[in-house]
Amino acid sequence: MAGRAVTLIAAALAAAILLLLAAPLLALGLRLGAFSLGPADLAAIRFTVTQAALSALVSVLLAVPVARALARRRFRGRETLVTLLGAPFLLPTIVAVLGLIAVFGRAGWFSQILALAGLPPVPLYGLQGVVLAHVFFNLPLAVRLLLQGWQAIPAERFRLAASLGFGARDLFRHIEWPMLRAVLPGAALVIFTICLSSFAVALTMGGGPSATTVELAIYQALRFEFDLPAAARLALVQFLLCAAAFALAGRIARPEGFGAGLGRTGAPPAPGGIVRVLDAVVILLAAGFLLLPLAAVLLRGLPGLASLPPQVWQAALRSIVVALCSTALTMAVALPLALAAARPGRVWPGLAATLPLASSSLVLGTGLFLIALPLVRPADLALPVTMLVNALLALPFAFRILAADARRLDEDHARLARSLDMPGLARLRYLILPRLARPAGFAAGIAAAFSMGDLGVIALFATERELTLPLMVQQLMGSFRTQTAASAALLLVVLSFGLFWIFDRWGRHHAAA
Amino acid sequence: MLRLEGLDLRQGTFGLRAEWDLQAGARLAVIGPSGGGKSTLLSALAGFLAPEAGRILWHGQDITALAPGKRPVTMLFQDQNLFPHLTIAQNVGLGLNPSLRLTAADHARTEGALERTGLAGLGGRRPAQLSGGQQGRAALARAILRDRPLLLLDEPFAALGPALKSEMLTLLEEITVRAGTTVLMVTHDPRDARRFAPLTSLVADGLAHPPQPTATLLDDPRPALAAYLGKG
Amino acid sequence: MKHPFLALGLAAATAMVAPETRADDKPVLTVLAYDSFTSEWGPGPAIETAFEAVCGCDLRIIGAGDGAALLARVQLEGPRSEASVVLGLDTNLTAAAAQSGLFAPHGITDLPHDLPVEFDDPLFRPFDWGWFAFVHDRNRLPEAPGSFEELAASDLKVVIQDPRSSTPGLGLLMWVKAAYGDRAPEIWQALADNILSVTPGWSESYAMFLEGEADMVLSYTTSPAYHLIAEGDDSKSAAAFAEGHYLQIELAGKLAAAPEPELADRFLRFMASDEFQKILPTTNWMYPAHMPDEGLPDGFDWMIRPETSLLLPADDAAALRADALAEWQAALSR
Repeated sequence: MAGRAVTLIAAALAAAILLLLAAPLLALGLRLGAFSLGPADLAAIRFTVTQAALSALVSVLLAVPVARALARRRFRGRETLVTLLGAPFLLPTIVAVLGLIAVFGRAGWFSQILALAGLPPVPLYGLQGVVLAHVFFNLPLAVRLLLQGWQAIPAERFRLAASLGFGARDLFRHIEWPMLRAVLPGAALVIFTICLSSFAVALTMGGGPSATTVELAIYQALRFEFDLPAAARLALVQFLLCAAAFALAGRIARPEGFGAGLGRTGAPPAPGGIVRVLDAVVILLAAGFLLLPLAAVLLRGLPGLASLPPQVWQAALRSIVVALCSTALTMAVALPLALAAARPGRVWPGLAATLPLASSSLVLGTGLFLIALPLVRPADLALPVTMLVNALLALPFAFRILAADARRLDEDHARLARSLDMPGLARLRYLILPRLARPAGFAAGIAAAFSMGDLGVIALFATERELTLPLMVQQLMGSFRTQTAASAALLLVVLSFGLFWIFDRWGRHHAAA
Repeated sequence: MLRLEGLDLRQGTFGLRAEWDLQAGARLAVIGPSGGGKSTLLSALAGFLAPEAGRILWHGQDITALAPGKRPVTMLFQDQNLFPHLTIAQNVGLGLNPSLRLTAADHARTEGALERTGLAGLGGRRPAQLSGGQQGRAALARAILRDRPLLLLDEPFAALGPALKSEMLTLLEEITVRAGTTVLMVTHDPRDARRFAPLTSLVADGLAHPPQPTATLLDDPRPALAAYLGKG
Repeated sequence: MKHPFLALGLAAATAMVAPETRADDKPVLTVLAYDSFTSEWGPGPAIETAFEAVCGCDLRIIGAGDGAALLARVQLEGPRSEASVVLGLDTNLTAAAAQSGLFAPHGITDLPHDLPVEFDDPLFRPFDWGWFAFVHDRNRLPEAPGSFEELAASDLKVVIQDPRSSTPGLGLLMWVKAAYGDRAPEIWQALADNILSVTPGWSESYAMFLEGEADMVLSYTTSPAYHLIAEGDDSKSAAAFAEGHYLQIELAGKLAAAPEPELADRFLRFMASDEFQKILPTTNWMYPAHMPDEGLPDGFDWMIRPETSLLLPADDAAALRADALAEWQAALSR
């Protein structure tokens, strides 16, 4: 669908994104001439890449059996489960860490069961803990991206496979593997990039200073040493790592080229017997792993939910508004970029949409703060900047979710639309929106929830009372109000999830069959 | 009159030349071996492939640089002639207004086109709910409404059985004769060419040969055609 | 809602109409503080009311992250800051703050404070203080270790904060350094297997401790007072360490480029008043720097009172930091 107008809009947006990412680095005084990294920086980079790569790899590898089982099995509550599985991705980090600890920690449920069997608790802290937490956050995203891939395989292909008497191995080789080859690298790239800028999770679960990520080094440079150029340098390193991962993923990925179907949706063949049992086990394990920590969050927060102070509700309302604005912005940028990326061989829209995820929100916030300072009171910008940054950080997810379907849309229907001379708006209304409603709803849901939960940069711009809900949770925890904080965190989760649910459902409801 | 002037088409290493005229209102079969360039020729005429050199003229006007939708052309592809998520009526209505802003009169005309193609009452369905033959008819119904003087068919009926295909050709003939449409139809089947197209162009060996009377060509095939037809 | 996207538009429109409330005519004094000070549950709101009752001004206390973020924010803003007072630095940060040249002398000589050590700084005035300590739950851990060495010899697990991102974390670094000097690396190595996790900030550590994940957490001797007074829970206790306890003295200073220098001076003097000081124990859960007439609230007498207070002079703390940090990292990275 990449007409000239779309390409131009996308190019302008990509340029704006790059400017928005580069300007803070320059504001912090980045000088490429004196580019040197000390041994501590190199150690941080090494750890960052290791944990991010492992987290991405484990997430996508585990996601394959889970997504396949969900794609080919139909059972009561399947839709609900698919939606619920998205929840960990939406949790604020500290809440998620506490949920994980309640299940897998030394005094956690899992360890108590082990203790009944006379076994010691699993060692949670260390590289394995970092990966565990990151997989907890990102497995749902990987599952959803893969599930989308499975659902996008035209029913005709499965029918053909069945008529040719394909066994499970043939099916995998000729249909599922090409799909995975197209989807997995992108999913892994996004997760790798998210984990690149991990800070609190990596440090807390890593158990000590050997779990120092680049983002923590940035924090140190900014807050304790006040060495702004050093922070900018490290932020640039994060971008370069992301760009390198992007290039690598691009080399590995192959568009599957299934061609179009008649829009019939059909589940992949569902073999019975032992495979059926295995699928059930896989779904149960994934549900347990992802939902038990959520249950812990729920149990901790539920008692105080009714008696939350009014300030929390005000903050919640503010957060919803911020999230909705960010979502609108994200979608307005992601859609043109995804459409522009549909042209084979064109990589810049994807890169522009992925880079923001590698940005250090501290550097981004500090840079924007410095740029804004001579012009306006920073406090006046607190909410707009939060919206902007949240939108920017949610962009990679929205783009990734839309891009595959946008490409398919282009392959399947662009020719007909052109030969009929459908004008841009008609294409948008009758072709793009109906064909992309499902991924658009999902993408908007992710963006909204992401913007609800993200602390981002607001702390720096913070005003007297205009707090967002995540900041409120932080303050409650900082004032010993653990119970109230748990309830406010639960409210945050419920609201994030509610927004996600509304958008995702809208998308599925309006998805053209 | 359709004029192909020193047309030189390239797709990767494949090349195809054409230099001939076709009278308005003519019906031309395009035949030749697989991979010989039949679809390439139609793609260029429809505007999906820009020629390396040469011009395409319609009634003396150069249409080489026009966008596909701006050409006096309707094209039926091998597949994907209908949007799967729109109803048949919407798919057909796109022929009247690509923005789908349809007046009451437009709706009536859409219904009329559906009736003419034997799809009365099926306007509310989605393509997947129709048979292959009905899908072809829906695409034809849209072609009627688009009412462009040039109709290009890239084997849209190849998947249909003999009886259905024959039915479609009859319908196609009836529609295009009445409207005076110039038709270029890619086909694999010499019988289709004999039945439907007084003229035939052989596309083989990098060349789209000038149109010749179908009967003459098929009765006394040149070596390339003979090889294709299996009459060695 | 049929169209969530429609809702998006509406929300965007509403958000742009940000309410701006500005008290008419009154001068505005802006104070930059750390987040938990400004919070609804911190001292901020009560102090605002108390000072506004006497100053004829509009006091705005703005949060800027934690203590370290506070100094970075001041340095970022430089002379452009709309703040006149910065509140919440501690002695480990004041050397850098003084060096920035952004602070002006307070000139106060007539208001002696009640600190366990001698303290006098031309730029910064203390408003409260506390001892760092490891807090434990007596139900889970009836006998707490009595020193770093005892802790290191035990198989107890503690959570601490990272000195690169948190002021208590930095305080602990200085504590070990002040207590053990050149033996600090050895102590850290011995402690390595007791440290369950290092968190970016205090609140993550404390939440993990309350969750039952760790036996002890780095906090303050006064932290149990919160549980006792606010929750009626007497199970939390701070372990008294034989080496002595490091002090955190929380300070405020006037910015050289203060838009409201007179109000800033009045605020710094007001900090020593009973009205200000009596708010602190049960909101900031620290000791007041000037003991109010009514004394401390009930419950504070239950808190341990270390006999030895440790504190490195600001300049020494700044000079030692880089090396101490490297020792800490090396010892814990094994």
